[in-house]
Amino acid sequence: MYVAVKGGEQAIAAAHRLLAHTRRGDRQVPSLTLAQIAEQLSLAVDRVMAEGSLYDRDLAALAVKQARGDLIEAIFLLRAYRTTLPRFGFSHPVETATMRVRRRISATFKDLPGGQCLGPTFDYTHRLLDPLLAGDPDLPDPARRDETTGAMPRVTDLLNDEGLIEPDPAEADVPVGDLTREPLSFPADRDLRLQALARGDEGFLLALGYSTQRGYGRTHPFVGEIRLGEVEVEIDVPELGFSVAIGRITVTECQMVTQFKGSAKVPPAFTRGYGLVFGHQERKAMAMSLVDRALRAGELGEDRVAPAQDEEFVLSHADNVQSTGFVEHLKLPHYVDFQAELDLIRRMRAEIAALQEAAE
Amino acid sequence: MSMAMDPPGETDARRAALAVLARMSRAQLADAWTGLADKPDVYEMRAPETGLVMVRGRMGGGGRPFNLGETTVTRCTVKLGDGTIGTGHVLGRDRVQARLVAVFDALWQRPDTRPLVEAAVIAPARRRLAEDDAAVEAETAATRVDFFTLVRGDD
Repeated sequence: MYVAVKGGEQAIAAAHRLLAHTRRGDRQVPSLTLAQIAEQLSLAVDRVMAEGSLYDRDLAALAVKQARGDLIEAIFLLRAYRTTLPRFGFSHPVETATMRVRRRISATFKDLPGGQCLGPTFDYTHRLLDPLLAGDPDLPDPARRDETTGAMPRVTDLLNDEGLIEPDPAEADVPVGDLTREPLSFPADRDLRLQALARGDEGFLLALGYSTQRGYGRTHPFVGEIRLGEVEVEIDVPELGFSVAIGRITVTECQMVTQFKGSAKVPPAFTRGYGLVFGHQERKAMAMSLVDRALRAGELGEDRVAPAQDEEFVLSHADNVQSTGFVEHLKLPHYVDFQAELDLIRRMRAEIAALQEAAE
Repeated sequence: MSMAMDPPGETDARRAALAVLARMSRAQLADAWTGLADKPDVYEMRAPETGLVMVRGRMGGGGRPFNLGETTVTRCTVKLGDGTIGTGHVLGRDRVQARLVAVFDALWQRPDTRPLVEAAVIAPARRRLAEDDAAVEAETAATRVDFFTLVRGDD
């Protein structure tokens, strides 16, 4: 029960003023610029864009600054901001096959057309803190190798040529689900599931993906391919009568290749899970692809026995803005509710005491 | 509209010009505007406006579409003194950038100013973008793994 209670305005105003002061920290230390955040904390910015479900680097950097680096708070700020803007429409689906690739690796094939390019990765670093970064050391320019990369076909398309792997789901003449327009209902189709996962909490999806590896809905996954780079955003402009490219965004894509599925009639083929995320979000894209695959259990005739296969459980709890809203609302005043509970427990105890007295 | 009367290839050429303009920074566009000797009168038919476009992906990369997430987009429509209408769409929230794209789109459509826009604005920008892409490609290529096989034992 919610009952309006007045009071506390001055305390709230003073608390917010103190928050602003605390956010700023020691005023002898220069204030962070948004460019510094966008350039040097770029993966925090990417995460805020992905889970805020709004691609805008400057706004995400501002949100990180305002939220004092609390990324879920920053994501909340971005989600709130997007509700103030009109929707112009939707883009053509981005073409990851023609991405300007900055990183592309496969754990399944050593020799690929286009090769394996490590790009800017934490992989193979020793995870030792670098004391030099306490300062601003001079850095060598990146190494260059002047050769044409050529096309980098998706690994799943290469396997597809042999029919060893299930193809991409065919186009269907159905509207694309949008959970920002209608609330989720179950069962949810894969389009809605992928949308929810793409904006879902990285930590939650990471834990769920990990749970499938540990046996809770095992799928025997291999990373068919991870690619990072820029894709063109193209929109239809009705008054022009044609589509235009309006710029590029960075995305990370993961193709997870998982255990076979076949029948007496259909020869066995690898199945797949898919991850696609705004920005450079490799861990998230991988976790997403594992969970996408786990959620296809019903479609692939597998028993739903594990949490990661339960779409209502996964999709209802993947959104960290929803989760934090409901968890954190517990700290708001519940005086009246609690008063009712207190009355109840006192009555119960009195009744038991009365019974005990009567028994003696 | 005059779409049906456009000569073949005209639409593709305009799309290509718009794709380059949309990727120019506000500063680059402003410099190009400053550099124009003969500036046209510009009226805003639709003032710059920021909104959202839902970006879509495809299941598995090539399959059915799904909604990936939104991006900010700013658009603007202008009319030049001679009646030519230009349209600008850019990622992000920069209204000046969107307006300048619309202005150069209009100038590009005018036969008298197109050669100038192509030579002084589009071509240099396209060159810069190609250089940027080449730099990224070379930096990425330097991280390509050259596998070799170790032969074990004596031969």
